[in-house]
Amino acid sequence: MNPSAVEIEHLSRSFGSFTAVDKITLNVSVGETFGFLGANGAGKTTTIRMLCGLLLPTEGKGKVAGFDVYRQSEQIKRTIGYMSQKFSLYSDLTGRENLNFYGAAYGLSRSRTKVGIAELSDRLELHEFLDRPSYTLPTGWRQRLALGAALLHKPKILFLDEPTSGVDPIFRRRFWALLYDLAEEGVTIFVTTHYMDEAEYCDRISIMHQGRIVEMGKPFEIVRNHHQTNLENTFISLISQQDDNNA
Amino acid sequence: MFFLEVSHLQKAYNSVPAVNDFSLSLDKGKIYALVGPDGAGKTTIIRTLCNLVRPDKGTIVIDNMDVFSQFDMIKPLLGYMPQVFSLYPDLSVEENLVFHAGIYGVMGDKYRTRRDEMYRFSHLKPFANRRAGDLSGGMKQKLALSCALMHDPSLLVLDEPTTGVDPLSRSQFWDVLLRLKTQGVAILLTTPYMDEVARADNACFIFEGRKMAEGSPDELVRIFDGSVFFINITPDARTIERLNNIENVSATRFGAGLHLYLPSDHSPEQYRVELTSVGINPSIAEPIEPDLEDCFIQMIEKAV
Repeated sequence: MNPSAVEIEHLSRSFGSFTAVDKITLNVSVGETFGFLGANGAGKTTTIRMLCGLLLPTEGKGKVAGFDVYRQSEQIKRTIGYMSQKFSLYSDLTGRENLNFYGAAYGLSRSRTKVGIAELSDRLELHEFLDRPSYTLPTGWRQRLALGAALLHKPKILFLDEPTSGVDPIFRRRFWALLYDLAEEGVTIFVTTHYMDEAEYCDRISIMHQGRIVEMGKPFEIVRNHHQTNLENTFISLISQQDDNNA
Repeated sequence: MFFLEVSHLQKAYNSVPAVNDFSLSLDKGKIYALVGPDGAGKTTIIRTLCNLVRPDKGTIVIDNMDVFSQFDMIKPLLGYMPQVFSLYPDLSVEENLVFHAGIYGVMGDKYRTRRDEMYRFSHLKPFANRRAGDLSGGMKQKLALSCALMHDPSLLVLDEPTTGVDPLSRSQFWDVLLRLKTQGVAILLTTPYMDEVARADNACFIFEGRKMAEGSPDELVRIFDGSVFFINITPDARTIERLNNIENVSATRFGAGLHLYLPSDHSPEQYRVELTSVGINPSIAEPIEPDLEDCFIQMIEKAV
């Protein structure tokens, strides 16, 4: 059994009377690619923000890379990479300037940042886009640049919140090839997506609905257990059932 | 004469062509999908159609009226949902509906009737007083669609309406589009989802501003050159790379398995030695019909 990269137990987060995340429990092993699925508004982003040390839980336990989500958020931030749903780079800055900024934010030395940028431009094929203002880049390249920023400090765990939203099918495949390479190098990947074919690439997935995890396991096992033909139909039937139960 | 006719559209930005001799026609009660990689020109075409961008050349006629000279008369016929969420985040759901209806002079009883129709499909009524900015992704898209529909347009133009929307909301969104279609609305949309393209009446693949292929989904699939096999193995990067290095063979990841592409009339058995060296027994390769995604990938690879 691999050690855990993410370990959470009965983790909750409320905003006033609204419970965004409701006592969720899950374990992600080191090196695993974990798909964190759910309906819009189910609480996925709130969970990721708690795991990245950006938001305090209201209840429950949580550890990321062995660090406590309540008390050790600074250590967590240094150990993980986070690529948010929205494009998080400065549009007016070039790719290189953005990456330099991230390097400084993570406290990397100038020389280490420089080497890091060179490595990433090879790996992500960013060369020709590095010195253009970010706002001129097509979506697919912006996402790659954002991935570059999340990888600069060589994180062991990567959190990606809908990284391929709005990206065309070819770019999506290339983006996932990059994630696969990282996974083969032992990086733990924790990713949300609405593309069910991407979810099938994951070692395990969970499906979240209204703050709770309603299903978890290997993608093909989940499909089989629900007597469905594919993950898309499984997701639709599962979530509509939940909605009916709640109605 | 079709309800919408786009003819020989041409648009360049700083002498870089964004749209190149592009034409399409669409009738009422039909759905047309524009498909292409980032930067292919889809959004430029859509903006031109909504008179937000002036083309260098070409004409757009909607209901026998010219978009550039008669836009005031076309405006009431046109519903547009841009790619980027463009509602007022500080206004509530209902305030956004009132505002959009008001722009088109839909008020009073007419407004209330329309609003209730929109709530029936969107299930947004319980959230009428929630700030639009606080809605989830799927709800935002449903609200944006409702706003675009408040004035009962005959032509609906949607730029990636289901991006960032979960599978259930996406399937509900399509239920609405198909209902509008039966009511005679003409729908033009862009989408990165091939299963959505399959539900359109017609679609075209665009690359670098140019139309590469056009037809019904069934016709588009027939353009595929070669044969496709599904192989149910974990598609790690190295396997894919090694398959792509075999002459006449290419492969791409599909869900938890991979698709193997061979020239027409070739069988995996003919590549027994090469496939075995990659760790694949050719007998597990299962022949399948190409789908739209296979076609799209092949088209882009040929074009690049």
